[in-house]
Amino acid sequence: MSNDQSTTNYRWVGKRTPRPDGVDKVTGRARYGDDMSVPGMLHCKILRSPHAHARIVSIDLSKAKALKGVKAVLTCAEIPDHPLSEPPYAPIINDMHDISRNVMAREKVLYDGHAVAAVAATSERIARAALKLIDVEYEVLPHVLDPLEAAQPGAPILNEDQFTFGDETEPKVPSNLFRSITGKRGDLEAGFAEADLIIEREFISEPVHQGYIEPLACIATTSEDGCVELWTTTQGHFVIRALCAKLLNMELAKIRVTASEIGGGFGGKNTIYGEPVAIRLSQMTGRPVRMVMTRTEVFRASGPTVGSRSKIKMGAKKDGTITAAEVDTWYQAGAFKGAPVGRAVETYFSSYKIANVRATCYDVCVNRPKVAAYRAPGAPMAAFAAEGAINELADRLGIDPIDFRLKNAVGEGDESLMGSKYGQIGLVEVLEKVKSHPHYAAPLGPNQGRGFALGYWMHGGGLSSVSAHLLDDGTVTVATGNPDIGGSRSSMRVMAAEELGIDIELIKPIVADTGSMGYSHLTAGSRTTFATGWAVVNAVREIIDKLRALAAKKWGISVDDVIWESGQAVPKKAGQDRIKPLSLKELAGMATKMGGAIAGHSEINAGGVGAAFSAQLVDVEVDPETGFVTPTRYTVVQDVGRAISPDYVEGQMQGGAVQGIGWALNEAYIYDAEGRLQNTGFLDYRMPVASDVPMIDTVLVEVPNPNHPYGVRGVGEPCLVPAPAAVANAVENAIGRTMSWLPLSPPKILQAIEELKLAAE
Amino acid sequence: MAKNFVTTTINGDEVEFASYPGQSLLDVLRSELHMTGTKNGCGSGDCGACTVVLNGRPVNACLVLGVELDGAEIETIEGMATGTKLHPLQQKFLDHAALQCGICTPGILTMAKAFLEKNPDPTESEVRYGLAGNLCRCTGYDKIVRAVLDAAADMRADG
Repeated sequence: MSNDQSTTNYRWVGKRTPRPDGVDKVTGRARYGDDMSVPGMLHCKILRSPHAHARIVSIDLSKAKALKGVKAVLTCAEIPDHPLSEPPYAPIINDMHDISRNVMAREKVLYDGHAVAAVAATSERIARAALKLIDVEYEVLPHVLDPLEAAQPGAPILNEDQFTFGDETEPKVPSNLFRSITGKRGDLEAGFAEADLIIEREFISEPVHQGYIEPLACIATTSEDGCVELWTTTQGHFVIRALCAKLLNMELAKIRVTASEIGGGFGGKNTIYGEPVAIRLSQMTGRPVRMVMTRTEVFRASGPTVGSRSKIKMGAKKDGTITAAEVDTWYQAGAFKGAPVGRAVETYFSSYKIANVRATCYDVCVNRPKVAAYRAPGAPMAAFAAEGAINELADRLGIDPIDFRLKNAVGEGDESLMGSKYGQIGLVEVLEKVKSHPHYAAPLGPNQGRGFALGYWMHGGGLSSVSAHLLDDGTVTVATGNPDIGGSRSSMRVMAAEELGIDIELIKPIVADTGSMGYSHLTAGSRTTFATGWAVVNAVREIIDKLRALAAKKWGISVDDVIWESGQAVPKKAGQDRIKPLSLKELAGMATKMGGAIAGHSEINAGGVGAAFSAQLVDVEVDPETGFVTPTRYTVVQDVGRAISPDYVEGQMQGGAVQGIGWALNEAYIYDAEGRLQNTGFLDYRMPVASDVPMIDTVLVEVPNPNHPYGVRGVGEPCLVPAPAAVANAVENAIGRTMSWLPLSPPKILQAIEELKLAAE
Repeated sequence: MAKNFVTTTINGDEVEFASYPGQSLLDVLRSELHMTGTKNGCGSGDCGACTVVLNGRPVNACLVLGVELDGAEIETIEGMATGTKLHPLQQKFLDHAALQCGICTPGILTMAKAFLEKNPDPTESEVRYGLAGNLCRCTGYDKIVRAVLDAAADMRADG
């Protein structure tokens, strides 16, 4: 752990401070989605499709409705339908036509686990029993799971009203290919002609689930006046409100959403699944309705990230200059459009200055659950292909992989393929830090290999709202609209304390409901400490201004002559020494007698995001008998802008790396021949456990983002981007051949070792 | 369905509850007794979020039936602190920032406490294997392992 640029004398920022929500979480007191109960509540269970693709011929609810204890049963007939959205399409598509069908299947079921009907009953047992009494007649249809196959003419069509967007031939037949996005510059032909070495490879990655430990859970309560209260585990309760209101044709103000504590999300809790179902059942029964998914339902019916197939071609000169790069990538959107194709193009080659380049990514529907965001959506699989190709180029040209990247690294003023312009970035600092790290030169043992990869991510900004209130006794509440998923309340408190110049213990940060705050976008996109933190700074600065005005009034001087210093109002001008400064606490006590309570607010749309780079070194040991891979050493070096709470910045980097280890070595969705998901539990969907991984060393490089009051860059996502590529590269290095298909499970590695042996004989 | 009457000791207090056949201890704790500190992550014994100590042994509460528990002694996360004083493991988890979302934390703390009672002076590797039944998706385990090792050292020093 090192802190490169401790150039500022902050009292709280960058210090290891206790976390405001910590005690409740180590005592079991914190209330997550499923920890709430409401008197009189009903229990909802959802019937799910056993088929990957089938037409719904009929649904008979009569027997289920007749079961004692069943209060309501619903199908898509109770969920409003919406027309297809039209271009221009947003980068993140929230098409109510699709969301309506994903929440409850309409004409067809499109994946194993697709919701078909729902029951509300007086107990979970009765609700489960009722599901067995629902008769659904299906006409089973051929299915398709692979995005490349699904994009071909003649493939089984999932959505018969989907025509490829942007196809200039005005297609007459529907297609699973929704759209492609391309970023390009230069002259590829000329670029490849300049190259001394050209490599072409294909890379495959499988869908992986976010794997949050807390299943999706909510409780909806409807009042006779039509107002709804919703308690749910989510990364953004304002987004849940917006989606539910739009889907159910309700007024926004009539839905009040409270975010529970959230037990992990990683992008998987950015959208709605059971919430509108619980609301409708509550409306139908006049009772509160609780919906909790089982782990199996979470795997089958909530969105994993995309699986990918990539065909990549890169060329470089002997001196290491990359002359050209092109890639075509097919991303599985799942049952409905919306794979993160723009982000893939953005990410592909954006760490490198390449004159001639093209990246095209195709958004393809397949008979799998609709994908959701997962930590840097679209980026880790792109980095797996791009970094894999770059490692091979460097290796075959005999150039050190870090020198190779330094030679081609982007700098200030350069642009990504999607047009993000880089300001002050820390890419070179990050690469230099890896090169000088003892890990880079450490010896390797037998059957061990070392991998390296670089990841780029442009984090999010956007809408955030904050209300800060100064209380009579000098304590302060800071309310945000962002669920705290990994310690954000700690960062909010630190920034507020730094601004106000008071002890952090005097500040209570809270996550407020949708009825109490202005709109706040998701806790996602590595945006919260950046954007919401900025709003916190604005809000407490408004408090400071009001306190300066109060002091000025008390002293009978101009507010311009009062400055705020170390938690107190101080007269600025010389000769006013006889005026004793007024502390925040003293001013707080005077406020209500001299005009009214003091609060500060900020509602912002934060721009000025700063690109972040994470570089990762990993050593693995491969057991040649079993093909089992053990990571033995791991170092993450990342430009974090400025670490407000270094404990939790390191935590993000460590957690991201270990998720990448799982992605690289174990995790995948496994289907049978009929398209039914086979590994729907944590036993068979094998995420890393403590004994699978080593300590994860972190190096925090701090090149402040000049646009943010404290220099913050997003840190949650960049750390996952290069991780699968780095681990795969380490395996390649250990066994001595390229590996292009994740996960690198023992059978694949054994096969590779066997092939190498045969080739040698 | 008829419920059975069960008398147990939970965190030192005698607790009576009624449980139908097939109802797990986890469901009894959470739904019948409203002790929601023990978390439900999978319901199949694979994630460890519902770890409790049953008659001195850590178990997944989702794999134990409520009706089996007459006369049993159960310890849950709610009994870990002494009054308002945190257990050393709880304190070290805070000191080391060994939690992010916190959903796995009660199960991991309960498992770690049972583990250290058997092995008060573990190596890093022993801690990792001791906690291998408890999934954490946020932290990458680094700070958790450090917190457990540090707590073990303090607990040994305090005898």
